[in-house]
Amino acid sequence: MDMRVNIAGIEWKNPVTVASGTFGSGAEFADYVDLNRLGAVTTKGVANIPWAGNPTPRVAETYGGMMNAVGLQNPGIDVFCERDIPFLRKFDTKIVVNVCGKSGQDYCEVVERLADEDVDMLEINISCPNVKEGGIAFGQNPKAAEEITKAVKKYAKQPVIMKLSPNVTSIAEMAKAVEAGGADAVSLINTITGMKIDINRKSFVLANRTGGVSGPAIHPIAVRMVYEAANAVEVPVIGMGGIMNAEDAIEMILAGASAVSVGTANFHDPGVTMKIVDGIEEYMKAQGFESVAEMVGIVK
Amino acid sequence: MTKKRENAIVLSQERIAQDICSMWMKTGAALEAKPGQFISMYTNDGSKLLPRPISICEINREESSLRVVYRVTGKNTGTEEFSRMKAGDTIPVIGPLGNGFPLEKAAGKRAFLMGGGIGVPPILELAKQMDCGVKQIIVGYRDSEIFLRDEFEQNGEVYISTEDGSVGTKGNVMDAIRENGLEADIIYACGPTPMLRAIKAYAEEKGIECWLSLEERMACGIGACLSCVCQTKEKDHHSNVNNKRICKDGPVFLSTEVEI
Repeated sequence: MDMRVNIAGIEWKNPVTVASGTFGSGAEFADYVDLNRLGAVTTKGVANIPWAGNPTPRVAETYGGMMNAVGLQNPGIDVFCERDIPFLRKFDTKIVVNVCGKSGQDYCEVVERLADEDVDMLEINISCPNVKEGGIAFGQNPKAAEEITKAVKKYAKQPVIMKLSPNVTSIAEMAKAVEAGGADAVSLINTITGMKIDINRKSFVLANRTGGVSGPAIHPIAVRMVYEAANAVEVPVIGMGGIMNAEDAIEMILAGASAVSVGTANFHDPGVTMKIVDGIEEYMKAQGFESVAEMVGIVK
Repeated sequence: MTKKRENAIVLSQERIAQDICSMWMKTGAALEAKPGQFISMYTNDGSKLLPRPISICEINREESSLRVVYRVTGKNTGTEEFSRMKAGDTIPVIGPLGNGFPLEKAAGKRAFLMGGGIGVPPILELAKQMDCGVKQIIVGYRDSEIFLRDEFEQNGEVYISTEDGSVGTKGNVMDAIRENGLEADIIYACGPTPMLRAIKAYAEEKGIECWLSLEERMACGIGACLSCVCQTKEKDHHSNVNNKRICKDGPVFLSTEVEI
């Protein structure tokens, strides 16, 4: 039985990675997870310079999920390259670096800087709902998404995954736009913009007022969008959104995802990714699948 | 890969004041726990995903058990679920988490051990383990619904403040210090931010070494998600900005390190 998947020419040992921002660069989770058993580690978004992020509270629990407005706090690409890449390279897993920026130039600077670094893939975050400039500004307009994809592709030496926002009318159109721009893969969904109000304090729970909703509450939306995107483009789709267990991950694969990212579930059980890898393998055995590729998108 | 989310077994549960519950649980987390650390407690309700960070109130290493004293924050909350648990029930936990209070700094000194509201419980294990010159425990409550008083009285000189004046000094812990003319060479404190802010100002004015246990809404509890940051004076080596992670770098900080 073959757990390996090929994402834009990069072979992962299994289809399971983590959603950017829920796992740091892996160091904090290494006590709970054998990083060697992940297909890839997708790192917290990194920008050209350090970002301080949003004021607190940055996080709130919601029914069947949570909201966050961390605001892409990150130490900047220099610290990332010096500290986080060497750390991750000690493990037998692929490194997917999530890149954020406030302008096209910001993204390109980081991508250019990473071109000669020992990382396997880049994931371009054009879908963060929690930063004012950049982020989602590129992720809600197909033309802007195509342009930013073209721009980063000029500098990228690694395959480029464009991370898409669910806060759009047509996810298929966005997926096609970044594919036209040269994306090697797409990942979706980022969080859905939400709001929570404290009725006793009569104010917003999050300092940022709005935040990105994640967790099992959004899983059916994510499955639908992964299905639509996978049927719209030729490039591989990395599916994410509320995956709590192996069943949720398999659902995503059957809908068309070539790999899956586990996000909020890491907060519910820091060791959950290991259970998901095992659970997918057990399902394949029980159902007689020889490879993950055989399962991808078979529900039409 | 040495740690995992494990089921603790509830040993006992009692309500010790209005909305305040005390639970003893058997857990491996007790073996390494220190005063000022916390555990992440998970609910068994699938609609509530995030762990509740709860400070450790007492540690019994021989029996591998921990005591947590926590506030039930309302109807249908995770803490309400915890409060309904009985001996023999299981509760998923990870921990101990965070750094804890630096006990050794108090050797031979006059110390203030200060707790306010639901910041009172972690002061108990601190008081039990602390070996210092003069141990002055100053704890503040809203009203006559005070808790852990007997335990504190077995472990040092106890001064109580209540907002409504029903027990001890009327006002807050700072009022209790003034009213009793107390002095210290080192301070340890846990409580609501306005209280910590006042203690920080007092300590810095007098040049007293002061350790504060901060709280903030958390998600992962292990330093990865960057939800529970606090502002720091100096650029932090990990974040490369003026933010430290309360769950991982704290919750206890030297008062002069942080902006609160």
